[in-house]
Amino acid sequence: MTDISTRSAAGGAGGAALSLRKLAPAVFLAPAVLLLAVYLLYPLVDSFRLSLLDWNGLGENARYVGLDNWKKLATDTLFWKAAWNNILLAVFSVVIQMPIAVVLAVVLDNAGKGSRILKILYFLPLLMSSVALGVLFKYFYDVNFGPLNALLDYVGLGAFAQDWLGDTRFALGAVIAVVCWQYIPFYMVLFMAGLASFPAEISEAAKLDGASETTIFWKMKLPHLKGTFRTAVVLSVIGALRYFDLIYVMTGGGPEGASELMATYMYRNVFSSFQLGYGSTVASAMFIIVILIASVLLRFSKRFETEV
Amino acid sequence: MASSTTARIVRPVAVPVLGLIWLAVTTMPFLFMVMTTFKTQQESYSSSVWALPEALDFVNYRAVLAGPFLTYLKNSVMVVGISVTLIVLISAMAAFAFARMRFRLNDALFGLIVAGMIVPIHITLVPIYLMTRDMGLYDSPFALVGPYVATSLPISIFILTEFMRQIPKELEEAARLDGCGPFAIFFKVFFPLSGPGLSTVAIYNAIMLWNEFIFAYVLTSSTSTRTLPLAIWDYQGQYSSNIPAILAVVTLTSLPLIVAYAFGQEKIVKGMMAGSLKG
Repeated sequence: MTDISTRSAAGGAGGAALSLRKLAPAVFLAPAVLLLAVYLLYPLVDSFRLSLLDWNGLGENARYVGLDNWKKLATDTLFWKAAWNNILLAVFSVVIQMPIAVVLAVVLDNAGKGSRILKILYFLPLLMSSVALGVLFKYFYDVNFGPLNALLDYVGLGAFAQDWLGDTRFALGAVIAVVCWQYIPFYMVLFMAGLASFPAEISEAAKLDGASETTIFWKMKLPHLKGTFRTAVVLSVIGALRYFDLIYVMTGGGPEGASELMATYMYRNVFSSFQLGYGSTVASAMFIIVILIASVLLRFSKRFETEV
Repeated sequence: MASSTTARIVRPVAVPVLGLIWLAVTTMPFLFMVMTTFKTQQESYSSSVWALPEALDFVNYRAVLAGPFLTYLKNSVMVVGISVTLIVLISAMAAFAFARMRFRLNDALFGLIVAGMIVPIHITLVPIYLMTRDMGLYDSPFALVGPYVATSLPISIFILTEFMRQIPKELEEAARLDGCGPFAIFFKVFFPLSGPGLSTVAIYNAIMLWNEFIFAYVLTSSTSTRTLPLAIWDYQGQYSSNIPAILAVVTLTSLPLIVAYAFGQEKIVKGMMAGSLKG
């Protein structure tokens, strides 16, 4: 790394120029640090402060209640159900998305000329906002007018038609399906990049040694994707723990909390029940849970990395 | 032999079959959406969902465009435009300091900012809502700029720092020998040479912010101040039974990105993958 400040000092620049150069890093970093302090660090700390209050968010009637909100949280079954749903979302995201994404990456890897156009079309859902998808799929799943039930009817599976979003048994699964539908192409592109980085010479050499393409795939290419797989799992789990928009739009967390997530529960507490204090406790707890799981995950994936 | 199995079955049969199945899965909801926008409300209830519309009638689009849709569009363009410009400039400056300057706390500060990528923005929501209210910015589209820029900085700084570390030292040395100070080096050498990195950061953030929902939902409340994702939300609240009209709003809000995508698929795919693929 080049060292601007000491070099300029060695060059014997004048006092004013010297201090200017010493200040340079601070000047370049100031706007970023200032914005992050105001809109990320301060709110983070403030959220913990608010978690100690009983306040509806209006006027001066905030009351300090110490750890009461945290005690309430510890035994709040609705919160833990929401956290559990986040974990289900994370687990199913990984279990459903990764295998399909790998298969599609392999398909496109072998699709020749058609692969470019398929990749472009597959990627479309990622351009859509979650509000757009939420509204679209709300109608897609509609019990009376939705195309999904119509389709089931058409192929003779009408008995399986459901009130997908209105039934406590299906709501979370229905939403998870949409998340997978949207994000599988993302992981597919990730795995395609992983496959593309597999050295062609190695598979050529293996072929000369008499290895079949199937063997090369299972024994060489798939293990080669390990690093990509770790990245994908970390991204997918962290994403799932912070999920909000799509579920809020599709079900609002319902019915009866069946698809409630930590973020939608926080939102409801603050902006529907006007419990700013307790809502901030939920937000702070969510922060702690996300940071804990993320650091375990990152450490774990690094440990694997050194092993390989 | 296994390789002949691959040659006979996998490539000619499995690849096109699986490829087309996923194509159907991906496009089906879009087909339903676009087809429905050409139906009348009556038609959407009475005819079969998968039946073609009776006529290619743009009446729903005209109805939507006659409403406040263009106000939402204008707000989105303005907020995203200002935010992305600031993100690119501010994150490039910070990345330059992290990539090329030696100062105490460089690594620590960089680590801290990058860790910001993991923070769930929801924890900032209530404090930022209160702060915005106190600043008198509540229900102004400008209230969104601060949170948008700040929450985009960690990943943008991360991408651009990686990028600037690749820029050859010789160019910097040469500029310094010409008498350039750090500011001239940044604006004359690093900023122009970071073009591909800057465009990746701009594309990624433009798409994310174009679709952003929760800050816009919480920090604005009137039709005249809200952005496009809220147009869908507000229309849905008002006309929940007019499925074709709402899906026309969904189609119209998604159209700008889809048109952009038609012109630069590779760049947009690369931009969306930024941060997960190195560099």
